[in-house]
Amino acid sequence: MQITGAEIFVKALKEEKVDTLFAYPGGQVIDLFNALYGQHDINVVLPRHEQGLVHAADGYARSTGKIGVCLVTSGPGATNLVTGIATANYDSVPLVCFTGQVPTHLIGNDAFQEVDIVGITRSICKYAVTVHSRESLAETIRKAFYIAGTGKKGVVVVDLPKDIQREYGSEIYPKEIKIRGYKPNTSVHAGQINKALDTLNQSRKPVFLVGGGVNIAHAEKEMKLLAEKTGVPVVTTIMGKGAVPSSHELYVGNLGIHGSYAANSAVSNCDVLFSIGTRFNDRITGKISEFAKDATIIHIDIDAASISRNIAVDIPIVADAKKAVKILLEKAEPLQITKWKDEILKWKREYPIAVKGKGVTPQKIIEAVNAAFTDAIITTDVGQNQLWATQFLSLDENRKMLTSGGLGTMGYGLPAAIGAKLGNPDKDVVVISGDGGMQMNIQEMATAVTYELPIIILILNNGYLGNVRQWQEMFYERRYVGTCMRYRKSCPADCNLPTEECPKYIPDFVKIAEGYGAKGVRVTDEKDIVKAIKDAQQEKKVPTIIEFIIERECNVMPIVPPGNTLGDMIMESEV
Amino acid sequence: MKKRWLCLFVENEIGVLARISGLFSGKSYSVDSLTVGVTEDETISRMTISLTSDDKTFEQIKKQLSRSVEVIRVIDYTDIPIHLKEILFVRISGLTEKDKTEVFRISQILGAEVIDYNGSDMLLEMIHTENKNNNIIALLKKQFANRIELVRGGSVAVEAITA
Repeated sequence: MQITGAEIFVKALKEEKVDTLFAYPGGQVIDLFNALYGQHDINVVLPRHEQGLVHAADGYARSTGKIGVCLVTSGPGATNLVTGIATANYDSVPLVCFTGQVPTHLIGNDAFQEVDIVGITRSICKYAVTVHSRESLAETIRKAFYIAGTGKKGVVVVDLPKDIQREYGSEIYPKEIKIRGYKPNTSVHAGQINKALDTLNQSRKPVFLVGGGVNIAHAEKEMKLLAEKTGVPVVTTIMGKGAVPSSHELYVGNLGIHGSYAANSAVSNCDVLFSIGTRFNDRITGKISEFAKDATIIHIDIDAASISRNIAVDIPIVADAKKAVKILLEKAEPLQITKWKDEILKWKREYPIAVKGKGVTPQKIIEAVNAAFTDAIITTDVGQNQLWATQFLSLDENRKMLTSGGLGTMGYGLPAAIGAKLGNPDKDVVVISGDGGMQMNIQEMATAVTYELPIIILILNNGYLGNVRQWQEMFYERRYVGTCMRYRKSCPADCNLPTEECPKYIPDFVKIAEGYGAKGVRVTDEKDIVKAIKDAQQEKKVPTIIEFIIERECNVMPIVPPGNTLGDMIMESEV
Repeated sequence: MKKRWLCLFVENEIGVLARISGLFSGKSYSVDSLTVGVTEDETISRMTISLTSDDKTFEQIKKQLSRSVEVIRVIDYTDIPIHLKEILFVRISGLTEKDKTEVFRISQILGAEVIDYNGSDMLLEMIHTENKNNNIIALLKKQFANRIELVRGGSVAVEAITA
């Protein structure tokens, strides 16, 4: 039987077991939408902006382990995906993004709503392709899902010209495909594993450095067992946080420029750094020449290109984290390293991470989240809110965090939470955002309300783009340029001290919540923190915004100043 | 820094050249030359890339190319026996009788062929290694300053059958 391109598209989604499609219509995808009409096994979700759409698909994918699927129109629909594609790809999140395209005979003519989205996204996704014939459509879609979901997972863009959507052709959707240039690594090199274990066994001061790869590979359980079996302390990147429960006695903390003193010291002083699923991003290494200077470095990563790119690795192992950790777990032995562990414990005890200040502080808010939610997904935005969340959230197998670690995309938190809630209706979903990031995709409040998603949005409102302001304060002589969210035309140009005259709420988030038909509450007194969260937990249908008015110049501490080594941290803010 | 050669087998599809060249430009890798042509299998194209880089960057370039979906195979030609050639056209204009004698003399010595001539301008064709072409260009530039036009084809390379 002959069916249209749009019909094979829907068939493909079903074969790939897509249950949720994040979709925004437009002229060049109207045939695809038409084919989706009445398809009850695919939930077609309409966000309010394509950027919100792709972040929602990202949150859905990260929280369910499935592939997130987007469908948008050509031109602006497609270009609005760009930031979200880069965000997901940077953090190895599997997405397949379908974009409508003008009919093939118009491509290159500067037709209405025509852009070369494949050209635009080529460098920020895993694979991008325009379908050039109806004949190759089914195979291309199968290829897209296969590439997105295997190896180092990532984003695949499939550009679908309108005439191909309408053209009749085969109804066959291929089960198996072969791509000669794409062979994801499925084995683990036994010799290298043995070498790594020999090195570990001889170590006196070993550390596991766990990155996002362990979470993506869903190797949390095995990682915890490996740490317990060997007794080796665990340091994480922010993307790796939660791979081992934060409350675990072997968990040291996050590494990096806002890492804990104990974690940074452990890595700086270790003799074997056993790293799994991290690319040694500049945020975690500090001054590269001093990073883990005396350590033998073992590195397991699924991506050969991540090995020895930023730091020289002594024992490289190209493998999927779960497969590698499983094998390590079988062969590993307990280490006698009590003295080293005591040293780390002492650092942990003597230099805990803490936010100073009275009243409503980020630490109190996040600790209230830890106390209130046992089975939850917590998304963050980007900036101070994210850094505090990564410092203070207590994560484990039931309490997970989604954050834009690689690209650092403001506006990620709210839409990602929508995707996470759609994928996990029985879990509590909490957003930790700032007043800046919240306004970057605030339109998605409508999506949360219309789909009856009772997510809880915590806005840490300091009236500043706080992370940049902190840098301006610490490293740029308090020259606050473009960071005050309450700055008006009438303000002095060199203002760096808020006064009584500053407008109180821009915007009034409580009214915004009400405007969308959501609940809104403002907390200005620390005694109201717990109650506000409890009340929001009672809501079963509508989202709640809780706006916390926090101290305006509250800083994320400790911090490794730019260019410094990890051991050279500023522990406390002078202000 | 060292001169290197890579042989790449890639899918013969729209956008693959952009993908490869974009990878170089996006990551600030410099390319000396890049040639591409279809192979005996029409679905596969073959590229020869010549570049100058340090060891670490070169390792990264090979890994980045290998992980591209469109790239079927990457072979490092730097330290293996290969045949390497580049086509070079040189047009020399405003030639006097004395110049012409000189051009013929140079051509003979350097293995160039005069393939076109209009009385005052001559077109030379040479097929040598990139390095030898560099030397010839330097010589001609000196001899016929501001009177030469160059077209370089970029290197193509193939593994030697007998090492």
